[in-house]
Amino acid sequence: MFGVRIHGRGGQGVVTAAELLSVAAFDEGRHAQAFPTFGSERTGAPVVSFCRIDDRPIRVREPIAEPDALIVQDPTLLHQVDLFSGLGANAYVLINSSRGIAELGLAELSGRFRRERLLTVPATALAREHVGRPLPNAVLLGGFAALAGVVSIDAVAAAIRGRFPGPVGEANVAGAEAAGGYVRGEVGGLVGA
Amino acid sequence: MLEQLEGSQAIARTVAACRPEVISAYPISPQTHIVEGLSDLVRAGDLAPCEYLMVESEFGAMSACIGASAAGARAYTATASQGLLYMAEALYNASGLGLPIVMTLANRAIGAPINIWNDHSDAMSQRDSGWIQLYAETNQEAADLHVQAFRLAERISLPVMVCMDGFILTHAYEEVDVPSPERVDAYLPPFEPRQVLDPDEPVTIGAMVGPEAFTEVRYLMHAKQLEALDLIPSIAGEFESAFGRRSGGLVRGYRIEDAETVVIALGSVLGTIEEVVDELREQGVRIGALAIKCFRPWPSQEIRAALSDVGRVIVLEKAFAVGAGGIVGQNVRLALGGGARIHDVIGGLGGRPITRRSLRTLLEDVLADRLEPRLLHFLDLDHDVVERELERLRRGGRPGPHAENIVRELGIVAARPH
Repeated sequence: MFGVRIHGRGGQGVVTAAELLSVAAFDEGRHAQAFPTFGSERTGAPVVSFCRIDDRPIRVREPIAEPDALIVQDPTLLHQVDLFSGLGANAYVLINSSRGIAELGLAELSGRFRRERLLTVPATALAREHVGRPLPNAVLLGGFAALAGVVSIDAVAAAIRGRFPGPVGEANVAGAEAAGGYVRGEVGGLVGA
Repeated sequence: MLEQLEGSQAIARTVAACRPEVISAYPISPQTHIVEGLSDLVRAGDLAPCEYLMVESEFGAMSACIGASAAGARAYTATASQGLLYMAEALYNASGLGLPIVMTLANRAIGAPINIWNDHSDAMSQRDSGWIQLYAETNQEAADLHVQAFRLAERISLPVMVCMDGFILTHAYEEVDVPSPERVDAYLPPFEPRQVLDPDEPVTIGAMVGPEAFTEVRYLMHAKQLEALDLIPSIAGEFESAFGRRSGGLVRGYRIEDAETVVIALGSVLGTIEEVVDELREQGVRIGALAIKCFRPWPSQEIRAALSDVGRVIVLEKAFAVGAGGIVGQNVRLALGGGARIHDVIGGLGGRPITRRSLRTLLEDVLADRLEPRLLHFLDLDHDVVERELERLRRGGRPGPHAENIVRELGIVAARPH
């Protein structure tokens, strides 16, 4: 069982991201379950979504308290929500930001997680460039595929195209692939160093 | 063919495959995606002939379904929580008139305090309304139960409520083999109404009945509900033959063959319970689970048979009778008579997650006789919060409402990952 928790704000596609991830995993022959924890639905309010991926049918229905991976769509949540709760030392952490981990004031996290599994990716900037709107969710999934390898970037791209046929989907796929390339570069640099 | 999709979309497409001729609904969370999906299918002409009525209220929704069904149309609606309460008067009319309406209930708590999340207080509030109540464990089963519900309703001339946990199922993406229209056509014959309102041959339905016959009419309603106890397993069996998978029925046991302790529950929490049962089995604990798939009519004999050699029963339910205790628990006592020790446990109220960790602690307490069977137990109740609020009351003055006090005290501003 591999558990992913996604944090963001209402309107950023937090729930859609978990759903797309589950579709990508399903298309690769896995079992997957995605679900939201809704607050009162308001644009801008903190939202959490979850995705479980497994080789066996998934029976459990509780929220994922100890995820194997964390995706943070909005770095302004760093000071509002306990984002890193329940994460083990081997967890993957992907934060949407144009700044690095140390610049975000998260230097102490470097000791808590494996350095090559703790990354930022400028997903909003990539979304602006490729999609024309600051919607980082699909872009981040490309980065996540490259970081954790639980789903392939091709499966993520197919899930995005399935949900958003036409130019919108293609633009998001381009953004996701760019994020994947960025993450591969960063991880390569860290492993090489 | 298995697909990965949202529960609500699976239900909308399954209901469409059942070819309802009238859909009448008012949107309410967490049912909204289901009726939006159906409205899209009707608007696009993918579900035809079908009239979709966007009514002004849930009372209107059920009233329109009653009219449509009495005129011989296959009728469907969906609601949740306060929406079901707003339908309450019409619910009794639908069942009293024997109209085979099918409804999805996306189970949600009832306020006040207002709460949009899942529990079973809505369904339980209408348990005596004369509707058949079926409970789904997964989105696959929720979809399958709708196909069975139309067949059951029309065969026995009673309305059927398919209960599925709001958000936990309705908003979950998971794999579902959506029943195809061709297979549904083969399984579900066209609706042949027992009574039809026809302007060319006018009749009255819904007569006034006085003390000379009311008891007999009500007795016949009871007898008809009990008849459904025979029909539901056979309809589930026919479904299995036609679709190649088991769904529905009255009860389903999990590792109960040699169990000394059994956890009883309804709906989507069964999967989590099974995980904990497996963990405890690995340690040699003889424990199992019993899913109640059909709450009304109450499958008393089946439950007694399933639990004949069981010493301890834990009834985990997502609703309770305020001032009395467990609802499912009381029904289980009726079924079992004396014998087993029965623990009533209330959990998952207003969307509080029922976790493996909490369940495990609960079951370990039960197994070690640390839980008093006669007391109603609330899973994960925060005693400190309750005590501080009671202390506020004791201090006197004008203490204000509990809901606002506790929300202020806990500083709840937004959704948390729990």
